[in-house]
Amino acid sequence: MVLLTKNVLYAAFFLLLTLLGVAGLFVLAGADFLAVSQIMIYVGGVLVLIIFGVMLTNKNQTKPTEYTQPNHILTQHRSWLWALLVAGGIFSVLYTALVRGNFVLLHQGDVTYRSTVDIIGRQLMTEYLIPFEIAGVLLLVALIGATTIASSSRKK
Amino acid sequence: MEINSGIFLLVGAALFSIGLAIVLLKRHAIMVLMGVELMLNAVNLNLIAFSQNDPERLQGQLFSLFVMIVAAAEAAIALAIILQVYRHFNTVQLDELNELKK
Repeated sequence: MVLLTKNVLYAAFFLLLTLLGVAGLFVLAGADFLAVSQIMIYVGGVLVLIIFGVMLTNKNQTKPTEYTQPNHILTQHRSWLWALLVAGGIFSVLYTALVRGNFVLLHQGDVTYRSTVDIIGRQLMTEYLIPFEIAGVLLLVALIGATTIASSSRKK
Repeated sequence: MEINSGIFLLVGAALFSIGLAIVLLKRHAIMVLMGVELMLNAVNLNLIAFSQNDPERLQGQLFSLFVMIVAAAEAAIALAIILQVYRHFNTVQLDELNELKK
C-alpha cells in the first residue's frame, strides 16, 4: 500500500498500519517488550516525525523559478520496470531460499511463552552493557546533531 | 498459539522487497525514508522470529532493539537534512536536486 499510493501523506498512514501489523507479529513471536517498544518508538516517534516532515515540506505552489520547482505532495515515479525487476528478483531469491532451506534445528524444544522483560533487562545490564551505553551516546549525538542541522537557518 | 516461523520469514522477505521497491521507485525523499524504515522492520521481524528459539539469552531480540534505536536516530537526522534541503531548494523531489550549491 505504501508502494501503490502516490500521496506521501497517505503513504505515511499506510506505513502506520504496516508498523502496527508488524508489532502484532512481534507479539505472536513471543516478544512482548519489543512489540511495545516498536509501537512507542515507531508509531509514537518516527511516524509522527515523518508526518511533521511531510507537512513542513509542503506549501502551496509557488512560481517555479530558474533554480526551484514547486514541491508537490504527490511523489513522482521513476520507471516501474527496473525497480520491480530488482525487488521481484530479490523476493524470488529469498522465497526459493526459504522454501528449500530446511530448518531442522528449530522447533526442538517446546516454546514456552513467558514475559521477556526481565531477561532483556538482565541482559542489557550484564552482557550488553557496552552496546547499551554506546546506544545512549549515539542517541544523544543524534539528538544534538538533528537540532543543529535543522536550526542552522540562513545566517547570511 | 503456535505459529510456524516460516510464515514470519516469508512476511519479512515480502516487507523487505516492498521497501526496496519503494526506495528504488519513488522520487520523494520522505518516501525513500519510509522505504528504509520498512526494510529495517523486515530485518527486525526475521531476528525476532529466530529469537523465539533462544528463550534464555534472547540475543535476536536484543539485537533488534539496537536496530530500532539506530533507526530512530537515523530518521531524526534524515528528516533534519530533508528540512534543510527543502529550505534551500524549495523541493524534495530527489531528481530535481542536481546541484550542490547554487
